[in-house]
Amino acid sequence: MTTPGIEATPGSAGGRTRRRGGRRKGGGDRSMVPEATFTSYYGRPIVKPSPWENDIPIYLFAGGVAAGSSLIAAGADLTGRPTLRRSGRLGALAALTVSMVALVHDLGMPSRFLNMLRVAKLTSPMSVGTWILSIYGPFAGVAAAAEVVSMLPPRLRGGPLRLAAYADRPAGLLAGLFAPPVAAYTAVLLSDTATPSWHAAYKELPFVFVGSAAAASAGLGLITSPLEETGPVRRMALGGAVLELVMEQRMEHTMGITAEPLHHGKAGRLMKAAKALTVAGAAGSLLAGRSRVIAVGSGLALLAGSACTRFGVFEAGQESAKDPKYTVVPQRERLDRGEPIRFEKPAEPPVT
Amino acid sequence: MAGKHSLFGPVDPAADAGYEEDRPPRKGFFTDTSICIGCKACEVACKEWNDVPATHFDLLGSSYDNSFSLNANQWRHVAFIEQPKRMGEQESGLRRQAQEAAGQQAVDLGMPGMAPPGVMLPESGEDDAVDRPDFRWLMSSDVCKHCTHAACLDVCPTGSLFRSEFGTVVVQDDICNGCGYCVPACPYGVIERRKGPEGSKNVGIAQKCTLCYDRLGSGKTPACAQACPTQSIQFGDVEELRERANARVEQLHEAGIMDARLYGNDPEDGVGGTGAFFLLMDEPEVYGFPPDPVVTTKDLPEMFTRAGAAALVLLAGAALSFVGRRR
Ligand code: SF4
Ligand code: SF4
Repeated sequence: MTTPGIEATPGSAGGRTRRRGGRRKGGGDRSMVPEATFTSYYGRPIVKPSPWENDIPIYLFAGGVAAGSSLIAAGADLTGRPTLRRSGRLGALAALTVSMVALVHDLGMPSRFLNMLRVAKLTSPMSVGTWILSIYGPFAGVAAAAEVVSMLPPRLRGGPLRLAAYADRPAGLLAGLFAPPVAAYTAVLLSDTATPSWHAAYKELPFVFVGSAAAASAGLGLITSPLEETGPVRRMALGGAVLELVMEQRMEHTMGITAEPLHHGKAGRLMKAAKALTVAGAAGSLLAGRSRVIAVGSGLALLAGSACTRFGVFEAGQESAKDPKYTVVPQRERLDRGEPIRFEKPAEPPVT
Repeated sequence: MAGKHSLFGPVDPAADAGYEEDRPPRKGFFTDTSICIGCKACEVACKEWNDVPATHFDLLGSSYDNSFSLNANQWRHVAFIEQPKRMGEQESGLRRQAQEAAGQQAVDLGMPGMAPPGVMLPESGEDDAVDRPDFRWLMSSDVCKHCTHAACLDVCPTGSLFRSEFGTVVVQDDICNGCGYCVPACPYGVIERRKGPEGSKNVGIAQKCTLCYDRLGSGKTPACAQACPTQSIQFGDVEELRERANARVEQLHEAGIMDARLYGNDPEDGVGGTGAFFLLMDEPEVYGFPPDPVVTTKDLPEMFTRAGAAALVLLAGAALSFVGRRR
């Protein structure tokens, strides 16, 4: 540091008046958070929104339906509800196919799915999820295949297809066992980013997503099974819907200012629709034991509500990344409170 | 591989990634924005050396900065901030020296001044404040921070992003899946998937500053630092750069410039300190930096715990639904 040029003392000796209030957003919506003023670089985003498109929320939704359906199929198998089991297994495979198609479409080519299997990385939820899917998928597939075989006329079930009868129950149960992580990890997938509205939701989002998965798959069960078999899925629909609604409410409270995008624009409309549809579906599920029409209606509402939740959360995150407010304000408030994130050495255990 | 500090806290990133004792010292940048003149030589040198295509030719109309932001096709980005704030009170002494050198009378060289054309500037010493404009420029050359705890690297599902022996973070073009997960993970909004233009290489692949990995390998200085005419971008061993940075801040504070502060040099901050850190003349957000960035994987253990709990709730809930009444 002896170069004379660098010794110059440019800039200001003036006070530290902070330029605040770069960009204000008018808010028609009610908000618990006082309107924030903040500084940014010409209002340009700080973090980058994910480059993901509709494939990803479709993937989140279908993954949830697949997971819930496998659970329903396993339960139906154990309690002797053949139609519910069949619709659960076939529904799981169909939903899994949809989610895989969406994933591969997002990645661009199937070989890229395999490329992800070259490493197993605990720090990458996408890697963890790929492995979870790779374990769950085959069991769900075998269970569905066994189901199809059992639907064939007996004379066609000879030869190697006889094996299906042995694989049937174990595969179905294992699929059910590995299904819950499929529904839950997608929340981590979103939260483990610097996208403000996704990261801030990390405590409750897994519960919102599993509730949504339970409600949606139960909805599918309501649509596809006769009334006398739908007892469990009616309970599951109600439980899932209540879990989703309650945890979503809690989530918004803990998110602070980053909950705002959940109420604005497209995300706001989707979240509103999700709430209405889920409430309607849950209410319908209470009466769904009486009438097929109500059962189907309530099932459709639950499925649509779950889809809206995924799209809404996804969209809100994208919006939160595009507005520097949601990056700057929470961090600035943290600093102004004197609580910057710092590594603190864990206390040494006392020497005895 | 991963030590107990791997997700948060001070650590030597290369050692943490498993490089042996004979690894080179950690390399990085110290960008002293107080002497940046906004010439953009770094942007150009980077594009030239790394064959980064040019995409943004927008005239943004917001400032002299038309290269927009750091992105897949912009690995160095010079921000221009026009601030309604006076320049410092110090007297550079240049005018006096010039006058003395020219005898008594300063000769008008026809150089562009800061006042509108045609306005007569008062003689030196009469009223210094008049030709000192009531705004100032802040310029800062931004780059990938090569974080100690790099979220982009942590979340990459293919291992395409890796920690180099120099402690930097590099993308392997041929392994990247283009999944884009690293993009929202970076707390500074640095890395991005390349969109184009047509025919350019690595379209659809995550791209960012490599800290000129190829040049480092042969003992050279990264292109941007080499091209910087004011030594605003200084390249070297991170340890030494941090000392240099502290000395520089002290020097500016002694000169009365209390706005000067370091950003990203603290190994105990949310990302464990960055390999590329900055001397700023105002709050970080003024430059488009996050004021208190945190590596997202710091919370990952808790995220997985919560997700595990949610999975159990789902399993138990489904099981409960099936017990009890037949219908
Ligand atoms: S600044 Fe962003 S892209 Fe660069 S190392 Fe850190 S997380 Fe990765
Ligand atoms: S886009 Fe490439 S570098 Fe980024 S996370 Fe995906 S595979 Fe890794």
